[in-house]
Amino acid sequence: MTAVTAPPRSEGAAKPELSDRARAETRLGQRLVAPAIVLMLVVTAFPMIRALYLSLFSYSLTAPEDREFVGLSNYLTALTDSLFWRDTFVTVLYMLVTVSVELVIGFVFAMVMHRVVFARGVIRTSILIPYGIITVVSGFAWQFAFSFQNGFVNDWLPFLDTDFNWFGDTTPAVIAIMVSEIWKTTPFMSLLLLAGLAQVSEDMIEAAKVDGATWWQRLWKVILPNMRAAIMVAVLFRALDAYRIFDNIFVMTSGAVNTESISFLTYRQTIEQFQLGIGSALSVLLFLSVLVIAWLIVKLFKVDLAAARQEG
Amino acid sequence: MRQKIGTVIGCALILAWCLLPVAWIISLSFKSQTAITNGSPGFLPASGDSAGWQNYQDVLDNDQFRRAIINSVGISLIATALSVIIATLAAYAIARLEFQGKKFVLTTALAIAMFPVVSLVGPLFDMWRTFGLYDTWPGLIIPYMSFTLPLAIWTLSAFFREIPWEMEQAAQVDGATSWQAFRKVIVPLAAPGVFTAAILTFFFAWNDFVFGISLTSTERARPIPAALSFFVGSDPFNRPASLLAAGAVVSTIPIIVIVLIFQRKIVAGLTSGAVKG
Repeated sequence: MTAVTAPPRSEGAAKPELSDRARAETRLGQRLVAPAIVLMLVVTAFPMIRALYLSLFSYSLTAPEDREFVGLSNYLTALTDSLFWRDTFVTVLYMLVTVSVELVIGFVFAMVMHRVVFARGVIRTSILIPYGIITVVSGFAWQFAFSFQNGFVNDWLPFLDTDFNWFGDTTPAVIAIMVSEIWKTTPFMSLLLLAGLAQVSEDMIEAAKVDGATWWQRLWKVILPNMRAAIMVAVLFRALDAYRIFDNIFVMTSGAVNTESISFLTYRQTIEQFQLGIGSALSVLLFLSVLVIAWLIVKLFKVDLAAARQEG
Repeated sequence: MRQKIGTVIGCALILAWCLLPVAWIISLSFKSQTAITNGSPGFLPASGDSAGWQNYQDVLDNDQFRRAIINSVGISLIATALSVIIATLAAYAIARLEFQGKKFVLTTALAIAMFPVVSLVGPLFDMWRTFGLYDTWPGLIIPYMSFTLPLAIWTLSAFFREIPWEMEQAAQVDGATSWQAFRKVIVPLAAPGVFTAAILTFFFAWNDFVFGISLTSTERARPIPAALSFFVGSDPFNRPASLLAAGAVVSTIPIIVIVLIFQRKIVAGLTSGAVKG
């Protein structure tokens, strides 16, 4: 994204065969989108370039005078540190588990919402509540729910001791964080899938039924292949969002017991410890890993974003 | 018949999924402080543990939290208004005009929608301190605008593409001035889309946490999510749970009101903007 060039704006760049009218339209169009483009780039591209630059220095805000050019050694430090790889592993785990669980539950919810005729408004209103609620609030609600002192989860799960401490060890703490993340974002997933489901033609399903296809066959051979674009867009968006997981971890464990994600590590280095040099290197690495994941998903599943997002 | 039963069970499941945690945090907000300190497991407050409205009173009497509400409402509303205006201009151009660079705008918007926010806070923190934007309202409004523009542009351009623009000319043929044609024909048609974009933008700004904790340091600009997380000490294992729960409920009320009033528009906006295939 940082490598993109500005749109050609000069008169000379316009192709000669453009009529006056087309040229005027181009000019108006570019003028209308200019504020949006400038704003988006000022807050992303510019700081990203700055991060690239700062990542080459040993630079701490607590001792700004000692800033010193160190080349790529910040990257070397990060990439050879086991902490970096552990956090990356945990982050990938958060992403894989939450997105797969959300995909299944979200699809079930979308099916129900698609079918339901009565109380449609009630269902849609309630599904928007987790979507709209502040993530921090969701984190608190689940942290207290899992707490053995004041929560109800231990009470409700018969196979657990009432004083089981969910936040005492990595695995249960990661599960608790995932529950909060999944609760909050499944509605988003199911609404995207609902839109895809609405585009599968009823006639086709009916035809399959007449031909004797079972419910399971209709699901796998007719419904799912026909909403592929919607599923892929939903997965892409949620996966990238899940990879950036931060709020829930901050609220629920503050990164204790090895629950820290790569975003949290970056935040800790830059904002809490003022290590802008190494923090910037981590920022760049985080940005690159998001790019790689986006590229992998697009290539692996052949997502056609233009087709899915633009003209019908 | 079997399908019908399945749907009913599914509906019950969805309702439980969505409302149980909300009910839980409301229930928690009515437990008394002493009950929390002594440990009060269980979904509902045990008899004698109920605090009535005391927690809400305490939260609303708390200066820091009151400031945070003002900050959040102000910052979110300003960011929403500005973002929607700018996005409307861009979306109109994308939906109606042929121009070079259209693809660039769409790609940029998409790239920014996927941008890892945390990787920006370091450099932004540094820049904002230099420009004097650190710990101010504009310091948060600007990043909120940039990050809500993609969603607003996508949603709006999807909406604008559906508008029958010929009606504007038709109105003019019927004798309306161009201003009348715009105001009486185009505005009513475009308003639902603009509205949806505004709601989704507001949700984003209201929900943001990363910028809120990184780019503020005092109650001058600190929004609700950040204020909640810094509420009394930083030990994540010993928080005044019921007070926090009351604060959480207060911060959720605007969201519930918006959802109740505009449910249909939000669903339409989310689905039309995201997947048009």
